[in-house]
Amino acid sequence: MSNLPQELKYSKSHEWVRQEEDGSVTVGISDHAQGLLGDMVFVELPEIDREMGVEEECAVVESVKAASDVYSPVAGTVTEVNAAVEDSPELVNQDPYGEGWLFKLRDVSGLDDLLDADAYAATVEE
Amino acid sequence: MIKRTALYAAHVAEGAKLVDFTGWEMPIHYGSQLDEHHIVRSSAGMFDVSHMCVVDLHGIRSRDMLRFMMANDVAKLDGQPGKALYSCMLNERGGVIDDLIIYHMDTAWYRLVVNAGTRNKDLAWLAKHASSFDVDVIERDDLAIIAVQGPEARARVHTVLGSAVSRLSRFSAAEEGELFVARTGYTGEDGYEIVVPVEQAEDLWHKLRDAGVLPCGLGARDTLRLEAGMNLYGQDMNDDTSPLISGLAWTVALQPEGRQFIGRERLEAEREQGVTQRLVGLLLEDKGVLRAHQRVTIEGLGEGETTSGSFSPTLGKSIALARVPVGDAERCSVEIRNRQLTARIVKLPFVKNGKPSY
Repeated sequence: MSNLPQELKYSKSHEWVRQEEDGSVTVGISDHAQGLLGDMVFVELPEIDREMGVEEECAVVESVKAASDVYSPVAGTVTEVNAAVEDSPELVNQDPYGEGWLFKLRDVSGLDDLLDADAYAATVEE
Repeated sequence: MIKRTALYAAHVAEGAKLVDFTGWEMPIHYGSQLDEHHIVRSSAGMFDVSHMCVVDLHGIRSRDMLRFMMANDVAKLDGQPGKALYSCMLNERGGVIDDLIIYHMDTAWYRLVVNAGTRNKDLAWLAKHASSFDVDVIERDDLAIIAVQGPEARARVHTVLGSAVSRLSRFSAAEEGELFVARTGYTGEDGYEIVVPVEQAEDLWHKLRDAGVLPCGLGARDTLRLEAGMNLYGQDMNDDTSPLISGLAWTVALQPEGRQFIGRERLEAEREQGVTQRLVGLLLEDKGVLRAHQRVTIEGLGEGETTSGSFSPTLGKSIALARVPVGDAERCSVEIRNRQLTARIVKLPFVKNGKPSY
């Protein structure tokens, strides 16, 4: 069973969201998602200051096997992207909830529509 | 109904991630496709390729039949029992029905190894022509195939099978007890492809494992063959593309002129009119990953398309095969998600003996 931190929120399209103390959020892809995709070799991140709607395509993670779109799980404005994963895409595999984060958003809305860990776990059960 | 090979239980026990591969439940990797790729380039890995089909041709006119049905000429194998030949089998339009390896075992026995996805089509095509040559076409469902590949592959196999097979020269095969051992492969590395009775396959797999050969999935097999500049049937060529536009002209034997083979007239006509496309290697200079079916533009020459593409674990860059208009060009652009990225057109293979060779 893949790792699912209880304190995070999740989307059906396999992104996770962490609410930070300053009101911003950090976004990445779930352990389940990175496991399905396999070894990451390329990550394309959104531009800073981009305003995103919910479920908007905003990043791409590519494994040896395939490319996969990342959707913004909430609406908001991009304040920061993780340059480290652009240079070392394998961080998404090694530490999906930590060093492998993708981007941060401010002025966030839509958090209430996200899933908690148990609800997300139910969507990925085969 | 999905099919499983004799090694299915072994894959499950190794924690393989299994996927549907042309109707067969096969391991794509056992944890990390990248690690498995590097294992084959640096030491020794093994692949279950039992989904591929061994077909034996028996009959004194097997040679005549193959000379008529294959674009390459099995006469090149005369007098060299065990020697292998890579060939395309063409339709009347000069399109590729399949690419395969032919082993010349004796004057009345040739062994073919054909692709899994084309098995039924190949068998029907062979059967259609076999009767006029009085040749028996026998599908060997009783055999599994384990490919052991890598710079240390042969030495490790010798510890399991004994050193008798070490005498095999490249691209040849011999029977070793109940095994059929061929010094062939699809990774660009040295090694063996071992054809084994299904009931002995698991035992051999475990012995190889104990000899330090690590299981590798079909994912790594694909990146290995791409780095080696080898075509994949169904992607880089198919029923509608001739070998001349698929980087396979070297496998077409138009000499001797008197040999009639299926597709010959069309290939000669194509050559006469001038071949308009070619298959080339692309090395992406920008960041990104090349995949099949991306649009390629060469300034002044026109457009083409990638046929296979991936990240090259050995080079740390993305590579592809692409069918493009003929003409001199050093670079092209490839459209990836509505952006034009620059790629270099390079000589194949991308990787040889574990090192860049383009």
